[in-house]
Amino acid sequence: MFYDAVVIGAGVVGAMTARELTRCGLKVCILEKENDVAMGATKANSAIIHAGFDAEEGTLKAKLNVEGSKMMPAVAAELGVKYINNGSLVVGFNDEDKKTIEQLYTRGNSNGVEGLRVIGAPELRELEPNISPDATCALHAPTGAIICPYELTVSAIGNAMDNGAELKVNFEVIQIKVSEDGYEVSDGTETIETKIVVNAAGVYSDKISTMLGDTSFKVHPRRGEYILLDKTAGSLVKHTIFRTPTKMGKGILVSPTVDGNLLLGPTSVDMEDKDDKDTTQAGFDKIISQCGETVCSVPLNKAITSFCGLRSVGDTGDFIITSPRHGFINLAGIESPGLSASPAIAKYVSEILNAQGFNLKEKEDFNPIREKMHSFREMSAAEKNEIIKKDSSYGRIICRCEGVTEGEILNAIRTNPKPRDLDGVKRRTRAQMGRCQGGFCMPYIIELLSKELGIPMEQITKSGRKSAVITGRTKEDYIND
Amino acid sequence: MTDLVIIGGGPAGMSAAVAAYEKGIKDILILERDDELGGILNQCIHNGFGLHRFKEELTGPEYAGRYADKVKELGIPYKLGTMVLDITPDKVITATNREEGIFTIEAKAVILAMGCRERSKGALNIPGSRPAGIYSAGTAQKLVNIKGFMPGKEVVILGSGDIGLIMARRMTLEGAKVHAVCELMPYSGGLARNIEQCLNDFDIPLLLSHTVVKVHGKDRVEGVTIAKVDERRRPVEGTEQFIKCDTLLLSVGLIPENELTQNAGINLNRITSGAVVDQDRQTDIEGVFACGNVLHVHDLVDFVSEEAAIAGESAARYILGSASEEATDIEVTTDGKIRYSVPQRITAKKDIKLYFRVADVYRNITIKAEADGKVILSRKKAKVAPGEMETIVIKKDVLQDIRQINLSIGEE
Repeated sequence: MFYDAVVIGAGVVGAMTARELTRCGLKVCILEKENDVAMGATKANSAIIHAGFDAEEGTLKAKLNVEGSKMMPAVAAELGVKYINNGSLVVGFNDEDKKTIEQLYTRGNSNGVEGLRVIGAPELRELEPNISPDATCALHAPTGAIICPYELTVSAIGNAMDNGAELKVNFEVIQIKVSEDGYEVSDGTETIETKIVVNAAGVYSDKISTMLGDTSFKVHPRRGEYILLDKTAGSLVKHTIFRTPTKMGKGILVSPTVDGNLLLGPTSVDMEDKDDKDTTQAGFDKIISQCGETVCSVPLNKAITSFCGLRSVGDTGDFIITSPRHGFINLAGIESPGLSASPAIAKYVSEILNAQGFNLKEKEDFNPIREKMHSFREMSAAEKNEIIKKDSSYGRIICRCEGVTEGEILNAIRTNPKPRDLDGVKRRTRAQMGRCQGGFCMPYIIELLSKELGIPMEQITKSGRKSAVITGRTKEDYIND
Repeated sequence: MTDLVIIGGGPAGMSAAVAAYEKGIKDILILERDDELGGILNQCIHNGFGLHRFKEELTGPEYAGRYADKVKELGIPYKLGTMVLDITPDKVITATNREEGIFTIEAKAVILAMGCRERSKGALNIPGSRPAGIYSAGTAQKLVNIKGFMPGKEVVILGSGDIGLIMARRMTLEGAKVHAVCELMPYSGGLARNIEQCLNDFDIPLLLSHTVVKVHGKDRVEGVTIAKVDERRRPVEGTEQFIKCDTLLLSVGLIPENELTQNAGINLNRITSGAVVDQDRQTDIEGVFACGNVLHVHDLVDFVSEEAAIAGESAARYILGSASEEATDIEVTTDGKIRYSVPQRITAKKDIKLYFRVADVYRNITIKAEADGKVILSRKKAKVAPGEMETIVIKKDVLQDIRQINLSIGEE
């Protein structure tokens, strides 16, 4: 197949870029080595749209964060993704923290962040009654927001696909060759020809770049562990609460999520193994001991899951956005604030390509709108009943913790990018994501997947590859004898 | 307006329905989310049910069948595949199903009988990877007994709750190898008879004061590291041991499903995670009753049925406006060694059976009930354990002029 552009990596950066290039009229193919989109750092991060006061003045991080953060509400609206402008607070406890907060304030202002204010203890407590009594001051960033990063990614790729882009999962790029018209990208069995290659391969972006002889940068993974609490704890704070960064690091944040849970984390440990997503006891201990520094009485007994993400950290301290060859662009080292910056990164890519003479033109019939993934759950009872009358599967609840109906699950399985495993259904519908973590509904969901995909139950996986959920039928050994 | 709406068609809901019907309430509606009556009993295909209630040994589906037959014979209406979404304090119930969509019912009385769920892996924060092959014991039970699928072949079980013990035997009978059952506490949370019949009879080791400290495997579980724990339940360094397996089953506790209860504004007890109730199993909202595992987790379904019958009869009396016994207001408290009692409140002067659970294993003890400082009842016991619910009956005649009953354990 011949494409205008291949995007390697279906994380949030690849997703936003693929959508942007599709909007620019290119025939785009997204290549993803996993069984689903949003499988790397995108599915396990702090889910925050940063205001933009963190990154140093003049860096790409600062520029793209502030731009991306400003673009995000409109992008989220187009894609039907929930975006909550909850604001963020950097909380300080002493004179040294106060100094740091004032530096962040100054930096934020020169980065172009709007509305920043340094506030004292009384106002802080008014904004957040559960804040630690030891807190003395805070930086209030009213433009800070929260979003669901995998919902954003699924929606962006779905929207790109609705407009003609293609997605190939389980396609692990092992070779890229320069050809007469551009590049040939191969996974060993299939070769894809393209004029443009965008490398958004996360922790593996240095490996991809090396395939074309560019060894100018290295990327290493940084482990970030999180604990997620039940929705009953979700209203403990309204803002995203950061500890003032110290020499000891950034500390543990406490933040509501768009779905109403409470998120604690991340830890921050530099790693070598690019696949080691293990959580650790030391990590849990750190989260548990430090989340209480900023917020009182975090109900840790409401934990419903814990997870670990690997952020891809470049060796320059900034995002590594380079074009070592005509039509080849690296988007590497996109650590925090990568999620916030992602729409701006996508725009930046189209600017680079235009500068290289690709002459991108807005596709006239591009439809930027995607139906909300969670539209059914947000309807009134009367609206729901209209749907149920037409399709009774919407009357049947499968996931009772999150109240997800069979109709919503079937719709997700039939909608681009189509999920092919249990975790894919979970990320799109929230089924299995509640307090029982799939204990009741998982057996029903594997049946639905099996039926819809037309494959036997034994082949249904949790998350692709060899993650089969069941190992066979009962009495199988007897039957086969 | 419906006289009595019962939420849940498991053993509690059915027993409550039958009891209310027999006390004269015919306008009943049972709402059950599954496709048949019986609740979780339908997947409990082992025997041992009904010894108290029917004086015979039944399987779970047989026990459920007895009540389901009775419900059908009496013509008590029920709706299957129907999930209740909301209950308001004034007893308006919102539910959904395929046929009717989302609908509401007003009830004179409501019985909460939603049962419980298993504590999930997420609540435990076990370090390591998050591969396929980690299931709660009840999920595995559903896969094996209802769906006919094996969740795995080489198994380690964390937690010695009854479902975990039952599944150790069940998986073994299906040809899987159960390598060990690890229990964090120095005693099992399951029934003694299950340890005997499900572990000892199959030479499955029960490792007390042990836990899983790490899960291995990227795609599917490839093994677990277990370790001993100290008195503070923290892993002891140097005792780690790797067990190769493809499956980790969890049987680490049951939690009453009280989200509807909470949303209705009903007061819950911190220890039971169920509603605070009086001897009639009435919650602090008049006309709303609770029974079975949604009220507190039981070991034996026989006691669920017994408790549910109390709730059903009480709901009937409430609906009919029948005169109750002489009123009183007595608070039932416990000393900590006894963790909780049900009911927590006595509002009528009659014989009261108190159900309670202890916090640890105690031997040669006296269970005492004191009223306003005076011992009103004491009973010697050779052994009590957290895994076995205990009961005592407080007679009506001692309930005169007292405000509080405290249950405690005296050690010899």
